[in-house]
Amino acid sequence: MQNIVEASAVSKSFGTTGALEDISFNIGESEIFGFIGPDGAGKTTLFRVMTTLLVPDSGSVKVFGLDSVSDYRIIRNEIGYMPGRFSLYQDLTVEENLNFYATVFGTTVNENYDLISDIYSHIEPFKKRLAGKLSGGMKQKLALSCALIHKPRLLVLDEPTTGVDAVSRVEFWEMLKKLKAFNITIVVSTPYMDEAMRCDRVALIQEGHLLSINNPQAIKNEFRGRLFSVKAGEKHRLITALRQYPATLSAYPFGDAMHVTFVDDEPGETLGTFMKDQRLEDFIIEETEAGIEDRFLQLMSARETV
Amino acid sequence: MNETVISVKNLVKKFGDFVANDNLNFEVYKGEIFGFLGANGAGKTTAIRILSGLSSPTSGEVTVAGVDAFHRPELIKKQIGYMCQKFSLYEDLTVKENIILYGGIYGMKIGVIRQRVGELLEKLKFTEYENRIIADLPLGLRQKLAFSVAVLHNPKIVFLDEPTGGVDPVTRRQFWEMIYETASGGITVFVTTHYMDEAEYCDRISIMNEGRIVALDTPGNLKKNYNVGTVEEVFIRIARPEINKN
Repeated sequence: MQNIVEASAVSKSFGTTGALEDISFNIGESEIFGFIGPDGAGKTTLFRVMTTLLVPDSGSVKVFGLDSVSDYRIIRNEIGYMPGRFSLYQDLTVEENLNFYATVFGTTVNENYDLISDIYSHIEPFKKRLAGKLSGGMKQKLALSCALIHKPRLLVLDEPTTGVDAVSRVEFWEMLKKLKAFNITIVVSTPYMDEAMRCDRVALIQEGHLLSINNPQAIKNEFRGRLFSVKAGEKHRLITALRQYPATLSAYPFGDAMHVTFVDDEPGETLGTFMKDQRLEDFIIEETEAGIEDRFLQLMSARETV
Repeated sequence: MNETVISVKNLVKKFGDFVANDNLNFEVYKGEIFGFLGANGAGKTTAIRILSGLSSPTSGEVTVAGVDAFHRPELIKKQIGYMCQKFSLYEDLTVKENIILYGGIYGMKIGVIRQRVGELLEKLKFTEYENRIIADLPLGLRQKLAFSVAVLHNPKIVFLDEPTGGVDPVTRRQFWEMIYETASGGITVFVTTHYMDEAEYCDRISIMNEGRIVALDTPGNLKKNYNVGTVEEVFIRIARPEINKN
């Protein structure tokens, strides 16, 4: 498989703030590759380097085998980039925006219509409307259509689903999956840990460092130790008690439960008595499968103790 | 324990012919963490504006912290706190100045505010940041401070709008622990969000669709009733039933 993106030891700082530190990864052809991390992790900076908009302080990025600094003109012709902030022309109509982007890249809407028809058909009834007057979900579909209209080999999407409701998010991922059939490589960033499962491979990123790169199931499997889910009626007393229990290694809220790891991977026989003493006799404990977010938390705490 | 703090009966809100809230009925209890969910345009914002005294219902009975929202919306504002992710603190004021400003807005006496500033900073382990401007603080610290400021005047209810969107997983959990602590102290926490994984942390959630509340229960019961693993799947079944058919 050919690598579409190859990043080697990329670092980038803004003043004294290190945004990216020694980042390396490869992205193969037709992959959906996700960068998962919170705000401020460095996702946007990395995408700007990848799309030739920023020059790294050190290290290099190759896109289609070409250098992102010296060959930026060639690379840009074959990249579709959807920035995190809506950046189409708000005072042009839907149709005008699409025609504009097609023209800039030396093509026409008709030429590549098959590529966007599935997405654009949702907003085509509103093609005379100003882009600034569209709803969030419709803006997102227009931005994606504009990023695709020149049939790029690489599509770079910076947090396309942030601020979008759950239903539109599902639809959006369905659209991305269909684009794979056109041989388009997709790089996407998201702060939603649950979206990791929809990617072929993901990189977990935090404070400018890559914590792990793998397929989503493998990242889950990397979780060390046995994970338990503990529930009780009163959450505040429950988490306080679990932290005091001597055999607890880590305890944190996770949805309607607490996720807990124990010394020697066993809750220990004294847990029942301990919880009873804490007036939490209604507690329920069961072993649970670790998710991407559990592994992310484990990697974060490992970094802090290094 | 089920003391009612928010009571909504037959709430209707119309804008011209458009019915934004179509006969809402629900109660929220003291010390409860209540999640208020719905797709964009479902009518959440309209309802919250009424619950926080910024708008009046067209018809129906709404009581918030013992105050009638129809006749005395101004009085509601004193009984509630509010925090949203996008804006909560003044970026060019220091930590201490923000706390004093908000305390003053809520009519707290300066002596009491000064005392609370010290307590608060100590509790958050923020003492070294006292004189730093907000713009210089990392996002996680800002969120925690914003939440603490929203409950500084010990309101009956605090409204949180997408409180933990985009924050890192560790900070997010510290934040939920603060919410649990606040709720166990008797303050009702009303969370609006369209991050479905945030909803999993609430005691009960309601889901709005096209102006109506179409589901209201604990996350556990909803998942059981719809026979799915996450609140997100419950939400999608409700908002877009046709998606499940293929």
